[in-house]
Amino acid sequence: MDDTRPPLATETVGQSLPHDSAALHVQGNATYIDDMREPEGTVHVAPGYAGQGARGKITLLDLATVRSAPGVLAVLTAADVPGVNDCSPARGAYDDPILAEREIQFHGQVVFAVVGETRDAARRAAKLARIEIAAEIPAVSVDDAVAMGIADLLPPYQFKRANVAAALKASAGRCAESFLVGGQEHFYLEGQVALAVPGESGDMSVFCSTQHPTEVQHLIAKMLGVADAKVTCECRRMGGGFGGKESQAAQWAALAALAARKLGRPAKCRLDRDDDMMMTGKRHDFRVTYDAGFDETGRLQGVDVEFLSRCGCSADLSGAVNDRTMFTADNTYFYPAVRINSRRLRTHTVSNTAFRGFGGPQGMIFAERMMETIAIKLGRDALDIRKRNLYGPKRDVTPYGQKVADNIAPQIIDALEASSDYRARRKAVDAFNAESKYLKRGLALTPVKFGISFTLTQLNQAGALVHVYTDGSVHLNHGGTEMGQGLYIKVSQVVAETFGIDASHVKITATTTGKVPNTSPTAASSGSDLNGMAARNAAKIIRERMASFIAKEWKVALKSVVFASGQVKSGNHSIGFGELAQKVHGARISLSSTGFYATPKITWDRPKARGTPFFYFAYGASCSEVLIDTLTGEMKVERVDILHDVGHSLNPAIDLGQIEGGFVQGMGWLTTEELVYDDKGRLATHAPSTYKIPCASDVPADFRVKLFESGGNPADTIYRSKAVGEPPLMLPISVWCAIMNAIASLKQGAIPPLDAPATPEAIMRAIKALAS
Amino acid sequence: MRRHAIRFLRRGQVVELGAIAPMQTLLDYLRLGEKSRGTKEGCNEGDCGACTVALGTLRNGRVVYEPVNACILLLGQIDGKELVTVEDLASDGVLHPVQQALVDKHASQCGFCTPGFVMALFALYQQGIAPTRQQIVDQIAGNLCRCTGYRPIIDAALASCTGQALDTWAMAAEQTARTLRALNDNADLFVGNADTFFAAPASLASLADLALRHPEATLLSGATDVGLWITKQMRQLPKIIHLGRAGLNTIRDSADLLSIGATATYAEAEPHLASLDPDLGELVRRIGSKQVRASGTVGGNIANGSPIGDMPPALIALGAQLHLQKGGYARNLPLEDFFIAYGKQDRASGEIVTGVDIPKLREGEHFRCYKISKRFDQDISAVMGAFKFTLTGRTIASARVAFGGMAATPRRAARTEAALVGLSLDHGDSWGSAIAALTQDYAPISDMRASAAYRVESAQALLRKTLVEMASGRSEATRVTGLREKAA
Repeated sequence: MDDTRPPLATETVGQSLPHDSAALHVQGNATYIDDMREPEGTVHVAPGYAGQGARGKITLLDLATVRSAPGVLAVLTAADVPGVNDCSPARGAYDDPILAEREIQFHGQVVFAVVGETRDAARRAAKLARIEIAAEIPAVSVDDAVAMGIADLLPPYQFKRANVAAALKASAGRCAESFLVGGQEHFYLEGQVALAVPGESGDMSVFCSTQHPTEVQHLIAKMLGVADAKVTCECRRMGGGFGGKESQAAQWAALAALAARKLGRPAKCRLDRDDDMMMTGKRHDFRVTYDAGFDETGRLQGVDVEFLSRCGCSADLSGAVNDRTMFTADNTYFYPAVRINSRRLRTHTVSNTAFRGFGGPQGMIFAERMMETIAIKLGRDALDIRKRNLYGPKRDVTPYGQKVADNIAPQIIDALEASSDYRARRKAVDAFNAESKYLKRGLALTPVKFGISFTLTQLNQAGALVHVYTDGSVHLNHGGTEMGQGLYIKVSQVVAETFGIDASHVKITATTTGKVPNTSPTAASSGSDLNGMAARNAAKIIRERMASFIAKEWKVALKSVVFASGQVKSGNHSIGFGELAQKVHGARISLSSTGFYATPKITWDRPKARGTPFFYFAYGASCSEVLIDTLTGEMKVERVDILHDVGHSLNPAIDLGQIEGGFVQGMGWLTTEELVYDDKGRLATHAPSTYKIPCASDVPADFRVKLFESGGNPADTIYRSKAVGEPPLMLPISVWCAIMNAIASLKQGAIPPLDAPATPEAIMRAIKALAS
Repeated sequence: MRRHAIRFLRRGQVVELGAIAPMQTLLDYLRLGEKSRGTKEGCNEGDCGACTVALGTLRNGRVVYEPVNACILLLGQIDGKELVTVEDLASDGVLHPVQQALVDKHASQCGFCTPGFVMALFALYQQGIAPTRQQIVDQIAGNLCRCTGYRPIIDAALASCTGQALDTWAMAAEQTARTLRALNDNADLFVGNADTFFAAPASLASLADLALRHPEATLLSGATDVGLWITKQMRQLPKIIHLGRAGLNTIRDSADLLSIGATATYAEAEPHLASLDPDLGELVRRIGSKQVRASGTVGGNIANGSPIGDMPPALIALGAQLHLQKGGYARNLPLEDFFIAYGKQDRASGEIVTGVDIPKLREGEHFRCYKISKRFDQDISAVMGAFKFTLTGRTIASARVAFGGMAATPRRAARTEAALVGLSLDHGDSWGSAIAALTQDYAPISDMRASAAYRVESAQALLRKTLVEMASGRSEATRVTGLREKAA
């Protein structure tokens, strides 16, 4: 048995296999929840809400017209919930009613649900309710919440090191600013959807597009007042998740289950896109205010930053999201004296939630803006300021006490600086700007460092279930969910590698709480790290049994048995994997096993704000060049170079897809994607007609993406790979910084007050501010 | 002659449906009726392209495949066409070239948008061209992908669309054309009864007659807006009169006039508009998406009366005349006079917009138009400005200026036009009063697309840009996209 072979000597791991469902995707044969043939008698659920108002007591709820509308079978309200009317993921919070009871806390909050014979009938009827609200003035933005003195949703939290005030005072240079960082709608292409099928004696099978089947199971059991074991939740694939189906999938599954219970018929709840965008949470938006002190070389002496975030009306995942903002506020930079303060504000808007990066991007953009600002103040190139502040020897402890032991940011930055031809392009940009009156170019190279592990330590565990059948085919199941990120194919490569068989012999099966229980959400970029290890452990247990059996039969040392190329071998002995499986079964030895994994070495003492919360860090860097029109604020990204570290890649094609896709998604967050609320607290941008995610023409034709040539993750991860889901989302901070850089060219020494997203209007605002 | 069933070609067979609900969408027909669930619903408003299917239409004797959004297209609109969906492409387990390329290039992740991309690229493939990157990007501007970042999808298009269509559809083209020719009869289509129907008259006379008899009926052209009345506003539209078969799609392009029939789609009108002026071509390229332009019509964009439609301001600046007909009575009027107030147009009940005449630019006439939006492609304008100046030497002799997004209707800027007359292109310091006059012409509102202040500011910027560009005859120094030099 050879477990210590070098990680790259693999047959299947490291191959760019296509996504397991690629051929199904292109033929329209991949089945999403809404594509399943509905069981006979399926009813349809549509949520209803108060058309007016965002905040206030419900004074009238008249559902008579809804009930009498054609095709309506039932109308459900809070009174119909047999168990606990809550779908909050926050332990003990009980602040996310499945159906709002006495008051509404944001516009679009679900007050009732219509059950209809058809989806159309249910949707039409849902518009007929008469709901009146004793409307109170809503706190819509963070600034509103502060101005109105609304009590914070969650207690503030702080990281602190050394005497910041003294460090700031002693610094040669200072910069102090306040700016806004916008939120982001997930815009998974497949909206929220669940199908609940009632079974015998109160059982409920739920098919749900969710990143967290276990939570859906548990919340539905609680809502129905039955044991967890009576509810099963299954998800074969999602049409995109991005964090938006971590906690936010539960409410719709609960409504479907409630209808199924009430009517004794299968029930489906699929949100219309506009409802989805109004009723589900988004990336947190922030006001960031900071004061930094630096020496004449641009090296930071002290950093004092406060993050005010819009959490919306309930706790949801806001605690952990805002913690990660703080964990990421240093990015790749050492802050000798530092205070990072975080306030989690309650607003009367939809409860904000997980979104790829999970608060990290908002922390990181602060660090990078600070670098641009220091550079402008000192009249230096921002890349030099960045390099001056990198973590390094004796400057390697984060504000929360973790030592940055695997720092490869300097190598990545140097390599990208060279491969992107940064210095020559800087000269060309300067020359262009000197000549061009209306158009200006900007250039920026920004690094990424992102801690990998759930910061809630208990979530860093995973389970898997592997069966080997007597023909040598393998059934694989684990707790991770597939949302397009390629988790299933990566884990199947790991299992195939472990058995020395072709990946096509590993049958990937839908994630279900009935096979692997008590799972963590597929989130925090942890999918392959955790589930890959758990599945390998399961496969290794079976392989060990098979190897022991055959070693005895062959009378060879156990260690000499090798599984490779579909064969099991030792010396001159050889047997097909399937043939061996048959023999092992004949000898009455189990060919099935669970596997388990818990991330080692991580510790986190939240009250003391000290520990090693991350198993390792993922790194990358990007260099972006933009062109802006100073008359209108229009902007075009002209070229992007990316170098990103994934350790030893489990599947380079899949990883490249995560990097490019993450980049473009993050670019949307920082440029075209703007969430606009009206003065009544209603989201005005609740459809793709008004909320603009990047389309093909927004991606620069000159887009050069490379994987960093890595010696492998120093941390003992699955085949020494690195998590790749979230870190690339922060690469496009270079786009935003390049825009800032372009605007800054208009007036020497002036700092553009640019907010994110940098829409044409936001760019014009910053330009005008420089002119005045 | 009347026909009481819609007919279309599907998987080699003519499908005839005699009982359709007037408001039924093509997507609901596919997913709920046929139970063909490869075609997805992403947004149900024609903005994400997940529901893209291809329609084969007979045009000048040839079958042309175009991508359309099935979610907002009404089933009745596919009468006389071939319907192709994602499930149809692979045969005997062999993927279609565009499907295989998407697999090879790792161009799907979650896969939900993929069927729509497949069909958009299928339509591109049928063109039998080796497209440029720009052509590919235009082809998929109406398909949103949230996972991949598009690069592998573009690569797949480059790899599979290599200059010749050699698939089943290309091989069957002649047979398909014959079938469609037979389906495109001269019978007035009428499915339903006097209270609720989907009708598509086959001549202007019978269309005008039907509209007169049912003045409360919804006149339907491309359904790129009416479709949303159904899917989003949940309106009941019991009587629908589709204009698409009445022969109103004729385009006449002469030396001094471009006449566009009301139901000519943007796709049909695009080359003609582009040849009038490159800015007009770029504007049309940025209206909606391929899907929207394959369904949406120039006449519909006008008749709809939206304050943010992109075509009206450009056509107003160009001095277009609008043609209408009620029963047997036809009239015409300057396009700017058609728009009376928000949601109110100079169109009598039962009256039909039949076409628009656009004068070509003459010696000394110069045109510019610009669109400001958060995203370049497939976005609705925050501000859309169009300018036609007649120059005598370097002096502005007359000016027509129109904006969208600046008022409740697309409207001319009378004070600004007056202030522009007599200005010299060579004296930039004299332009200020004309630019300032825009604030007297317009008092825009703030909404999710832009604040009132930014609208005014960017409208002024566009006028300045026009003056700078006309003075220099160049656009590279003043634009980040849509260069006139590139189009020329």
